Amino acid sequence: MERHGRWLIILPPLVFLFVFFLIPFGFALKISFAEAALRIPPFSNVFSVTPDHKLHLVFSLANYKYLLTDEVYVVSYLYSIKTAFFSTLLCLLIGYPMAYAMARSSKATQSILMLVIILPFWTSFLLRVYALEGIIRDNGLLNTALMWLGVIHEPLKIMRTTFAVYLGIVYSYLPFMVLPLYATLEKLDHTLLEAASDLGSRPWRAFIDVTLPLSMPGVVAGSMLVFIPAIGEYVIPALLGGPDNLMIGRVLWDEFFANHDWPVAAAVSIAFLVLLVGPIAVHQHFRVGQLEHG
Amino acid sequence: MENRASPLLISFLCLGIAFLYLPMAVLIGYSFNASAMASVWGGFSTHWYTELLQNRQILNAARLSLEIAALSSTGALLLGTLAAVALVRFTKFRGRLLLTGMVNAPLVMPEIITGITQLLLFVSMLQLIGWPTRGITTVVLAHVAFCTAYVTVTVQSRLQTADRSLEEAAMDLGATPFQAFVDVTLPLIAPALLSSWLLSFTLSLDDLVISSFVSGPRSSTLPMIIYSKVKLGVSPDINALASLIIAAVGACVLAAAYIVRRGERQRLAETQLATG
Repeated sequence: MERHGRWLIILPPLVFLFVFFLIPFGFALKISFAEAALRIPPFSNVFSVTPDHKLHLVFSLANYKYLLTDEVYVVSYLYSIKTAFFSTLLCLLIGYPMAYAMARSSKATQSILMLVIILPFWTSFLLRVYALEGIIRDNGLLNTALMWLGVIHEPLKIMRTTFAVYLGIVYSYLPFMVLPLYATLEKLDHTLLEAASDLGSRPWRAFIDVTLPLSMPGVVAGSMLVFIPAIGEYVIPALLGGPDNLMIGRVLWDEFFANHDWPVAAAVSIAFLVLLVGPIAVHQHFRVGQLEHG
Repeated sequence: MENRASPLLISFLCLGIAFLYLPMAVLIGYSFNASAMASVWGGFSTHWYTELLQNRQILNAARLSLEIAALSSTGALLLGTLAAVALVRFTKFRGRLLLTGMVNAPLVMPEIITGITQLLLFVSMLQLIGWPTRGITTVVLAHVAFCTAYVTVTVQSRLQTADRSLEEAAMDLGATPFQAFVDVTLPLIAPALLSSWLLSFTLSLDDLVISSFVSGPRSSTLPMIIYSKVKLGVSPDINALASLIIAAVGACVLAAAYIVRRGERQRLAETQLATG
């Protein structure tokens, strides 16, 4: 009875996720070997049964070859990594001092600050990107204020630039960086810093030698939380970026909705998965494993 | 940490928080601007709010999105809690590794890939078994799949810290395992259940990318309408809508935080009473 009862608990999530999360990748893999076709759905059959009941396979590697020959895919893949990397770095540079200041405030202030940092994360991501546009567009608040003050005479061009994309990512994902950093810094044993200063270490040196190394788990966790969503980001480059901010998410979107080339989009997804998500997942898996065993 | 942060650090923190909140504050300000032009202040007006309330397209999309969010977050809460219980309580079972992988993968999967692959699934399923047609059903199924991951992770970490001996005590006193779980452990993990339901609700309500792929022709969700309007340029009624959403979400999160904190304080007081 006990053993059967267990399966009542295990099976529903297992089956659901298997069908609606894992199986889709199987279909994507299959369709990535198909050819685009003018029909509904817009791709050729990979498997078909011939009139004499034999399974007929038509595999085409053309889509994968196309990914390598048309340079837009390689370029946007590298560009996405670059953008995600530098915006993660920016988040770290801005988020670290914030988390550090939070960790050093009184307990009562800390819990209020936590809520203050978390609240933007709960409000709509899309609306926050739109709100940022209100600040940086040509007739937005920043330009209006600067022109009114007489600092500039022509509006600064921020919208549709690479800078706007960085700003958008930092703005959207900063809480993801601050919270794990705060969590590790808050637990930090301050007697270690006292010991360092007793031994004649200057505060700055003590920070480099003691605080920074001990906060590395937070740095890694925060960076992953920013880097991972940033790399597949679609909304930010589409709303704030210019035509040359070709991130892979945007290329995929256009392949699908503008070019209607589903097989190529499927091939891009599979390649993206193997080249990027796979390594990240393996890294996370080993890190979790280390934490559990160490 | 006892030593205080320097004034420099504190001002940096304040600047960071201002950076997070200023755009939203400005957006709310714009929503009361009588002028349709973003750069001109035409005086205070609630004109865009009344206009919003007459926009059938937006109202219908809002209702649809709320329905989808309620259904998906409830579905995800059920499946995610089951998955968390399975992963924490049953150390060995066939498919454990698979389940672990499937609840963690959505957290690192770019939405756009989840969206495309799920669309390919739904299209192929429709071809093979005639179900599901793209629309509210497919959006809910897709949202349940990714929200389940968030629920599982949240509930899992809470369950791991819940004291198992309390449940064992209940069973010694004659409760069935199910009764013991419902009467003892469920109240303990209730705050985690509430916050993961809320998280799923907002994630679903906010989702643009996955919905854009899996929804059908007559089931545009609110983010899809907002996105297409924003793409075309400034629309003052979206400012009003955004302000309403930000205010509503802010109020809900603050209320939830208050409830959770009060519950925890009460529990702490009770355990102190119980243990003397």
